[in-house]
Amino acid sequence: MSIQITLDGRPVSTQAGANLVDVAAEHGVYIPTLCYLKGKPCLGTCRICSVSVNGRIAAACTVSVSDGMIVAVDEPALADMRKALIEMLFIEGNHNCPSCEKSGRCDLQAVGYDVGMLVPRFPYRFTPHQREVGAERIWLERDRCIFCQRCVDYIHDQHSGQKIFTIKGRGSNARIEIDKTLADQMSAEQVREAAELCPVGCIIEKGVGFNRPIGERKFEIKSVRQRALEDDV
Amino acid sequence: MNKKVLSIVKRYQADKTRLLDMLWEIQRQYDYIPHGAILTLADELNLSVNDIRETSSFYHFFHMRPAGKHRFYLSNTVIARMNGYQQVLMALEQATGATLGSMDVSGTFGVYDTACIGLSDQEPAMLIDDVVFTRLTVDKVQWIIAQLQQGYSAAEIANPQQLPTHSIAYVDQLVETHICQAGPVFFQQETDYHRLLQQCLTHDPDAVIKTVLNARLQGLGGAGFSTGEKWRLCRETASQTKYVIGNADEGEPGTYKDRALLIRSPKEVFLGMIIAAWAIGAAQGILYLRAEYIYLKQFLETELQQLREAGLLGRHILGREDFSFDIRIQMGAGAYICGDESALLESCEGKRGTPRVKPPFPAQQGYLGMPTTVNNVETLAAVTRLMEKGAAWYAGLGFATSAGSRLVSVSGDCARPGIYEVEWGLTLNQLLEQVGAVEPWAIQVSGPSGECVAVELSGERRFGYDDLVCNGSLMIFNRSRDLLDIVHQFMQFFVTESCGICTPCRVGNVELRQKIERIIAGKGCQQDLDDLLSWGEIIRRTSRCGLGATSPNPILTTLAQFNQLYQAKLIASQGTLLPSFDVKAALQGHEQARIKVMQIESEPSKEVVK
Ligand SMILES: Cc1cc2nc3c(=O)[nH]c(=O)nc-3n(C[C@H](O)[C@H](O)[C@H](O)COP(=O)(O)O)c2cc1C
Ligand code: SF4
Ligand code: SF4
Repeated sequence: MSIQITLDGRPVSTQAGANLVDVAAEHGVYIPTLCYLKGKPCLGTCRICSVSVNGRIAAACTVSVSDGMIVAVDEPALADMRKALIEMLFIEGNHNCPSCEKSGRCDLQAVGYDVGMLVPRFPYRFTPHQREVGAERIWLERDRCIFCQRCVDYIHDQHSGQKIFTIKGRGSNARIEIDKTLADQMSAEQVREAAELCPVGCIIEKGVGFNRPIGERKFEIKSVRQRALEDDV
Repeated sequence: MNKKVLSIVKRYQADKTRLLDMLWEIQRQYDYIPHGAILTLADELNLSVNDIRETSSFYHFFHMRPAGKHRFYLSNTVIARMNGYQQVLMALEQATGATLGSMDVSGTFGVYDTACIGLSDQEPAMLIDDVVFTRLTVDKVQWIIAQLQQGYSAAEIANPQQLPTHSIAYVDQLVETHICQAGPVFFQQETDYHRLLQQCLTHDPDAVIKTVLNARLQGLGGAGFSTGEKWRLCRETASQTKYVIGNADEGEPGTYKDRALLIRSPKEVFLGMIIAAWAIGAAQGILYLRAEYIYLKQFLETELQQLREAGLLGRHILGREDFSFDIRIQMGAGAYICGDESALLESCEGKRGTPRVKPPFPAQQGYLGMPTTVNNVETLAAVTRLMEKGAAWYAGLGFATSAGSRLVSVSGDCARPGIYEVEWGLTLNQLLEQVGAVEPWAIQVSGPSGECVAVELSGERRFGYDDLVCNGSLMIFNRSRDLLDIVHQFMQFFVTESCGICTPCRVGNVELRQKIERIIAGKGCQQDLDDLLSWGEIIRRTSRCGLGATSPNPILTTLAQFNQLYQAKLIASQGTLLPSFDVKAALQGHEQARIKVMQIESEPSKEVVK
């Protein structure tokens, strides 16, 4: 069903039930995301797509558009809120971009650039996170995990359907675990899928990496914003 | 071990949604959950080992390592701290040889603290091995441990007369139930449940929903959503299978009114569930009972059995072939977040209590993906009463925007802590007078997730959805209490209880807590207060669920009404550095390294060993 919504003051027609992140992108409004993956079930974890929907703040990835909806994205206060959330992720982990294999291809780094993050308003924690290197082909560099849950929800053992990546604990102590036995049974494609799925450099495929010259990496060729907007044109 | 675990799995028909129950049984067997048991569970349930751990590691009461044969969980609420928590804890540690958070060397005793266990009118209190001890003193603690050392079980010590554990006498022996003000809605004389249900079932479900709508009953669990509306939404879904869930998680620090209802009016609560089932068309119900109330389980099971025997529950209720409904009790395992209805559903399905992304709402897709109505225990009891007395009667109580009444659990600085039924419209001052508040200064309304108000400024506010909303918790503090310390404890509570799935709540609350620590330490400046406000606002507005949406409240509401407390702690920045920045400490690492280098250089050179 065709409906009308108001997007940053502009009337926009779209289909009822479509995802707000996609609708906005289709109409040239970029909403940064980290956990959201088009076509996959919504995770709603990172919250960096927070926008105003009918006067209330909502994570755009959790919103299906409906007729008459009034959406605001490009407002300074909202942009600052999103920036704060990105900053939180930076201070929670240890993101040393120059030494990271994912640098240039990392969604967190890319959205950080996009929102113009320089120095986070929150103090760096420098919390040590134990890395997990026991699986044959996967290296889990927990310093960089942003706890988006993509690996937990989207990667399952191809035979049993069991979870390979899981959560342990709760709150600020929660961390991602990897089932080494199941991980070692993953196909090469699935290992690659997991590493690609991880928006940051936490799930790393052993034996490959730093294989793209600086200047030719994903977000250096085309920014995260351009990608989001153009993919939908 | 394998055999025992297998038999447990078998008892639950290898149903992974019953994982919490299985983990409980395993822990009862071994006093913790051994790795071997997890391996067996994983095999039998077709879950990865880590998937089982995802659940087990989420809940406070599950232990993955030996945690003591007798496990003490001392409630660490602010109310307990006003009543000798610290002395009791020291006595516990001394008598057991265990330090907080661990067990003694022999593995006999484990001492842990835990969030509010729903006994704020009789703190300090603690759970030991499925029973509870209240009004703890140093002497009492020493006596309990001496008894345990002599070989008595906690159950024997708590219940010396060996009253049957399903009896009300047993429950009354363990905990006191102070109902100080009852009526018109709650704790009234025995209703004729048989007649009442018969009468309800003569009306078709839509008519029942209409009655609840007309009564203007709003959920009493906190969110205040219209109960009739919730039922209507659930009824209108096409699904054949629907569920009714009674939320007895009662995790908000300071509340214990649901415990009182379950003890004094259990049938009223269950009848509410039966009526809900009739209204929405459900055949199965669950009472989600917090682990802290385990000592009520057998009593409640017996109450359910009595209802079954009376034909009010089970197959063909009151002889009607078109209505069968039964209720089972699901035990929680220690997680405040599981009071959130969608986290509760996850927990009922045997998973970690992650609040779901909404929509879909439980009424559309709830337990096992089926339309589900989740109602608070008190809401369910109110349903029973309003069906008995009629919608007009209920709607006539309270005032325009807020119909009916609600139970308030009162604790803190007052002469008569206990349960008070408050008709909406009563002012805070009126209630304070009723409870014999002693020089009340700051009132924490609705627990940490609610608001802290100054009696001076807010005493004349009235309880109601348009003014002083209350979820059933009310803590009274006089001027001798350290409010900033209380704020800090509340923030610690949210940090501990956050599920951690979303960024603002997981990361932000730690930052807020640290700021409060800085201010309490006398190292804060105006900038820190500004940060508290703006960061609190960000967390409140962007969090995924109600926990994060309310977690900054202890700070935001005290900043609003007790600003001078913060101001008094601030110091001015000198120069360009923040007062919290400790130049010496910051340079210490460098200084140490410099000294080390000097030492190395002055030593005679050593061979470098390769
Ligand atoms: C963090 C959190 C904890 C909650 N704890 C409880 C609780 O212990 N008991 C309860 O009835 N509702 C609790 N709720 C509210 C429930 O989500 C839900 O609104 C309520 O059970 C619905 O019942 P009602 O409509 O009868 O109030 C909690 C909500 C949140 C966000
Ligand atoms: S490992 Fe990567 S994909 Fe998994 S939760 Fe962490 S950041 Fe997300
Ligand atoms: S707000 Fe807190 S408790 Fe709620 S989903 Fe987010 S992390 Fe979990």
